[in-house]
Amino acid sequence: MSASTDQASVDYRLIDSTLRDGSHAISHQYDADQVIAIVRGLDAAGVQVIEIAHGDGLGGSSFNYGFSKVDEKELIARACDEAKNSTIACLLLPGIGLADDLKDVRELGVGMARIATHCTEADISEQHIKTAKELGMETIGFMMMAHMNSPEGLVEQALLMQSYGADAIYIADSAGAMTTEDVRRRVNALVEALEVPVGVHAHNNLSMAVANSIAAYEEGASNLDGTSAGLGAGAGNCPTEILAAVSNKYGISTGVDALKLMDVAEEVVRPMMPRQQVIDRAGLILGYAGVYGSFLLHAQRAAERYNVSQAEILLELGRRQVVGGQEDMIIDVALELARKHAEKEGK
Amino acid sequence: MPKRCAIVGSGNIGSDLMYKMLRSDVLDLVAVVGIDPESDGLARAREAGLEAPHTGPDWILENAHDIDMIFDATSAYVHVRYYKKYAEAGITAIDLTPAARGPKVIPPVNLYDHLDAPNINMVTCGGQATTPMVYAIRRAIETLPYAEMVSTVSSKSAGPGTRQNIDEFTKTTSTALREIGGAEHSKAIIVLNPAEPPILMRNTVFAGLPEGSDHSAVLDSIHEMAAEVSKYVPGYRLKNPPVIEEGPFFTPGGEVPHRAVVLLEVEGAGDYLPTYAGNLDIMTAAAMRVGEAVAHAQEEVPV
Repeated sequence: MSASTDQASVDYRLIDSTLRDGSHAISHQYDADQVIAIVRGLDAAGVQVIEIAHGDGLGGSSFNYGFSKVDEKELIARACDEAKNSTIACLLLPGIGLADDLKDVRELGVGMARIATHCTEADISEQHIKTAKELGMETIGFMMMAHMNSPEGLVEQALLMQSYGADAIYIADSAGAMTTEDVRRRVNALVEALEVPVGVHAHNNLSMAVANSIAAYEEGASNLDGTSAGLGAGAGNCPTEILAAVSNKYGISTGVDALKLMDVAEEVVRPMMPRQQVIDRAGLILGYAGVYGSFLLHAQRAAERYNVSQAEILLELGRRQVVGGQEDMIIDVALELARKHAEKEGK
Repeated sequence: MPKRCAIVGSGNIGSDLMYKMLRSDVLDLVAVVGIDPESDGLARAREAGLEAPHTGPDWILENAHDIDMIFDATSAYVHVRYYKKYAEAGITAIDLTPAARGPKVIPPVNLYDHLDAPNINMVTCGGQATTPMVYAIRRAIETLPYAEMVSTVSSKSAGPGTRQNIDEFTKTTSTALREIGGAEHSKAIIVLNPAEPPILMRNTVFAGLPEGSDHSAVLDSIHEMAAEVSKYVPGYRLKNPPVIEEGPFFTPGGEVPHRAVVLLEVEGAGDYLPTYAGNLDIMTAAAMRVGEAVAHAQEEVPV
């Protein structure tokens, strides 16, 4: 269950988040059979780390983010049992999940904890990074919505996480809003300033996920995230089967079998997807306006409920500079749009 | 006779509370206690003509004969170390940290239940903002299987105490939604938002409504409670009218056909921090309300 043994021989480590970020795209309805099938496929393809949790991290099951169909800890236990070589990882957002959750999943066999905060709020991760380290887990500091902070600002935040004991630092393009240049400048600054490895988590709202991941690698990132078939929040994540194929073309060694990942995507994941990961108008607006990707389906439901435009909701959330976790503001915006429309019609 | 009071902790909460208490006829503020002689908070206290020692909670114990009541605005960690000593010294402690050692009080729900307690816990800012609404929904229906709150505060108004103890915030708040709000199951979430200019404190309450709930009674009760809280927190308001949404929803308390959504905003009074810091304002306003009620109750008891 150790990824470090493989790490020496590969150019970057692939962390698969189909069972965590992918959970958004299926409204957190994974069941045990699906988890087992995905873990089995990814493990056989040589994926070093498999992340699993509610899409909003441990403890995310809620009115605000959607209730999990099956208790995430039950699913995590099944994943740990099924994985032969892959390390099982969990993500936790301080403010949503608890340090106690880390203790629970450590007992289930989870080897890695990723502690995620908004990219300007790293200091709320201290308690959780330290807990994960004390529990003996590899611990990654994960800064979300990284397009909302400058390279210098991210360095400042990353140094905090490093000082708490993080073994690596990630930036996440949670809104899929970054250009390749945006990614290069941020990764470059982090690689220069940090002692620990750097990783990038890309989204595809601007159709840049694979290109941005390769650019991140070229700037020195040694951990890259993706999901099978791109299953994930917004227009989806960096699709691992494509990232692996492109890496092979570049001669970048990944340690994963691209053809096997294509099989998993086609035969295991696509059949369970309620909708394919396409960049439709709403998905594109997320990237264009810099809005948190997991708002997509919540905004769709609110738009239907209150008979307003999903695109208008997303644009207004962008104007309000809403951050990850504020899904309740989708209802707030929808109600205000509905009221404005009613007032207009009244006149 | 006014009660002689001291504030322990000279940070944001302590300073905001100081300005409110200086206006009170019932609470006579004599000192603000800190640990850093150079701190801005202690300088403000000195400017206001108060004693401003920097020897921390020990100063309170050394001067116990002179102090009737303290308001603890330090951290859960410090409060846990001192709460027994305050009680032994005969000092009533109003605890604004999430230490949760004494009974929890949310003024519009249970203000008069614990006035004789040596230690009263003020839960959290999010708990003060949302527990009244959970209670308001609960009193309008038979059982409330599940309630949830999401609190978003501006990054600027979240001090180091909150940031280092974020789990204490969610755990204490969640407990209050059950113990005081009356929900059978609960969850609390906090989000920090760095937007500029800073956003006003936002709180959202979701409540699972069982089959057969009287929706108009729920909505009426929510409106009544908003008016009740705004009596002592003038900036507390419903940002949008409360709505009932159709499910079904599969909550930890079981499947429910509907949920109530209450979207709240709290604008601060601007006593110390600007108006965006409604999270500080609701905490200090609630603590003042409790302190004054305790003072009145103690006056009524024949010695």
